[in-house]
Amino acid sequence: MPLILARRLAQAAGILLGVALVTFLLLHYLPADPAALVAGRSANAQMIANVRHQLGLDLPLPLQFWRYLTGLAQGNLGRSYIQRSEVAALIVARIPATLVLMAAGILVEVALGLVFGILAAVQRNSFADRLVMTLAFVGVSSPQFVVALLLLYVFAATLGWFPMSGFGTLRHVVLPALTLGLLGAGWYARMVRSAMIDVLNQDYVRTARAKGLSWRRVVLRHALPNAALPIVAMIGIDVGQFMGGVVVVEAVYGWPGIGQLAWQAIQQADVPIIMGVTLVSSLFIVMGNLLADAAAPILDPRIRGR
Amino acid sequence: MRTSWLKATTAVMALGAGLAATPLRAEDMPTQGGTIVVTYKDDMATLDPAIGYDWQNWSMINGLFSRLVDYKFGTTEIVPSLAKSWSISPNGLVYTFTLDPKATFTNGRNVTAADVKYSIERSVNPKTQGPAGGFFHSIVGQDRMADGSAATIAGIEAPDEATVKFTLAQPDATFLNVLALNFASAVPKEAVEAAGADFGKHPVGSGAFRLDEWVPGQHLVFSRNTNYFRDRPQIDGFRVEIGQEPLVAVLRLQKGEVDIAGDGIPPAKYLEIKNSADAKDTIVDREQFETSYITINTAKKPFDDVRVRQALNMAINKERIVRIINGRAMPATQVLPPLMPGYDASYKGYPYDVAKAKQLLADAGLKDGFSTTLYAMNTDPNPRIAQAIQQDLAAVGIKAEIKALAQPEVIAAGGNKDQSALTWSGGMGWIADFPDPSDFYGPILGCGGAITGGWNWSWFCDKGFEDRATKADAMSKPEDKDARYGVWKAIFTDIQAQQAPWVPVFNERRVVARSKRMGGPDQIYIDPTRVIDYEAIYVKK
Repeated sequence: MPLILARRLAQAAGILLGVALVTFLLLHYLPADPAALVAGRSANAQMIANVRHQLGLDLPLPLQFWRYLTGLAQGNLGRSYIQRSEVAALIVARIPATLVLMAAGILVEVALGLVFGILAAVQRNSFADRLVMTLAFVGVSSPQFVVALLLLYVFAATLGWFPMSGFGTLRHVVLPALTLGLLGAGWYARMVRSAMIDVLNQDYVRTARAKGLSWRRVVLRHALPNAALPIVAMIGIDVGQFMGGVVVVEAVYGWPGIGQLAWQAIQQADVPIIMGVTLVSSLFIVMGNLLADAAAPILDPRIRGR
Repeated sequence: MRTSWLKATTAVMALGAGLAATPLRAEDMPTQGGTIVVTYKDDMATLDPAIGYDWQNWSMINGLFSRLVDYKFGTTEIVPSLAKSWSISPNGLVYTFTLDPKATFTNGRNVTAADVKYSIERSVNPKTQGPAGGFFHSIVGQDRMADGSAATIAGIEAPDEATVKFTLAQPDATFLNVLALNFASAVPKEAVEAAGADFGKHPVGSGAFRLDEWVPGQHLVFSRNTNYFRDRPQIDGFRVEIGQEPLVAVLRLQKGEVDIAGDGIPPAKYLEIKNSADAKDTIVDREQFETSYITINTAKKPFDDVRVRQALNMAINKERIVRIINGRAMPATQVLPPLMPGYDASYKGYPYDVAKAKQLLADAGLKDGFSTTLYAMNTDPNPRIAQAIQQDLAAVGIKAEIKALAQPEVIAAGGNKDQSALTWSGGMGWIADFPDPSDFYGPILGCGGAITGGWNWSWFCDKGFEDRATKADAMSKPEDKDARYGVWKAIFTDIQAQQAPWVPVFNERRVVARSKRMGGPDQIYIDPTRVIDYEAIYVKK
């Protein structure tokens, strides 16, 4: 096990290095000139050249990348061209909100997915099943901005039950989490349904029923654990994805997450922030997958031996 | 000749008169107190006065710091600030300022002449990596500081604590305007050095407000500086909330949660609000020193032929483009906006005349038209405007491919001599740094701006106009002011009539939404030099 872990960690480091290199190259060939942007619209050629030199953008490309990597090794993500502060500090400031939304969003989608997935599996081919599956389909195909604006308009602007934007209290998190949850729940519902249908037909379930266990017990104790593995794998993916920022939801609800920071930086060609956010979200994706993999043997004894 | 500050003003009388003509209702009298909420979508960039140069931070930096001179609120009239008086030598080369002894930084220390010198040198210093250096070009020794060969600017002297003396290399009629820019704000050296590169996050100034709190990505809290040496501001403080979508900000404003929606009213919501009962109290809609234009790369075939450029000018239906943005602009005839001194009301520009445009193209040997590229910003409404331009060009046989890009990429494309063709400046049209016609020349039509990464996207560089511009700016005597505006007027009219490097499309008005409890005339919400004047706005009783 330690060996496997070490190998997976080494792989993760390799992935991050690859991401850093690819992002660095892509951003270098971005058709925008950071030095001219920093020097401003009234700059002359000399001012632009000065800034280019100060930022180290006149160095050969491999040297620039080497400098970035050595900085990275010391936890230094560089300074933002536009916001003129440490990229690491800007990202760290946005991690709490990102974590809260990630956790709340996953909670809502898993809870909804479980409830409706079980319902659909147990009542297979009934009207309820078809309704749930249709809704799941609508959910996963709805554009985020439509759902986000709709919820905002109805529950915040019109009914006034929740604040329209911001971060800080439990009430603030409800609508953004609900948006993510409603859209993501469909995936979970479908997965839970199919995992359970497989199991519900098996002999041991019939045996459990035959020995007099209630449906409720059979479903929750015997059938549901079989759906745990794909759910956890899926959560692992969502952790990474949500930590990379949910740009649209964050924008609509004024949620100070990483997605907003990234989107803004892309609009402004703020290269150090784009680099930093890409690396940090890659880190979360890799970590999310690692954790899901690590949880698998705990959840499924059959994997333990391998 | 000694000149009092009153005589040295560069007031635009029309603006002053407009302000005086707006009578205030009794319930709308300025009151002291109240804290307001302002929203913006984008994060606050730095609050460092040597660096900050955007719509958002400009007003806030203006309120945090003081400069030698300032503008009377809502106008373009220069008034004393850190300097309580000044004199200008007869040859226009030496400016001597006497500081107000009451002025202190929020760290408690008096503002001295040495601070003023240090602060301007810091703005010019290449190590600051700021956009400001070029504005101070008239001062003797600015060039040596800017290229890094000198550690100070010889032309700024502080003979005693209360006296600052500037020596100019050539007379500069705009010098007081330059000293009123945020870039000339006084900063205390000890606080700058203590904060290191993060002074922009921990600003210390001598302005009307101080920064109490800044949570990155969320909000900033400003409060009134109780030791401010002037008798303002009205409000006790303001809270800036960021990350707010303009649409949501306007919804919140309608519910009374927000007092100023800094990004204005999004097009989708504009007509609804404009036609609502609250429109009069909530919409501030005002002209500004702005022109949005299409640049034509004069260095590139076939645009090097003036007939082609004139044909483009006649091909564009500006009225229709104005309709696309709900009429929030006036069709432009020339480079300067109507508010700017030097605007030529008698010059009507090129008419919209498709037949004439085709004729000019035929005369230039382009009867069958040609293909080109139109760069534009990718944020609404600019792609829609670019499409309208594309259709207008197609009507005269010009096939333009639209490249809608993020702002930095449009700037890079326009600022590249080989790449630039046609560029729609919308979303980043030129807005004057200070209320003087010269600001519409240098960076966007002068040879100095025709550099890679610069803003002269027409790559227009004409020796004759360059000489005329230099001569105009040397007319720095106050009594020559009107004559100088006349010279600039002729320059801009001649540029368009003879060379047509631009298609001036419209002069966009600025629209700000404010809550019903906010008081005061429109010009303090869209101030010609400050954008929002936090010192002057107030909450109604």
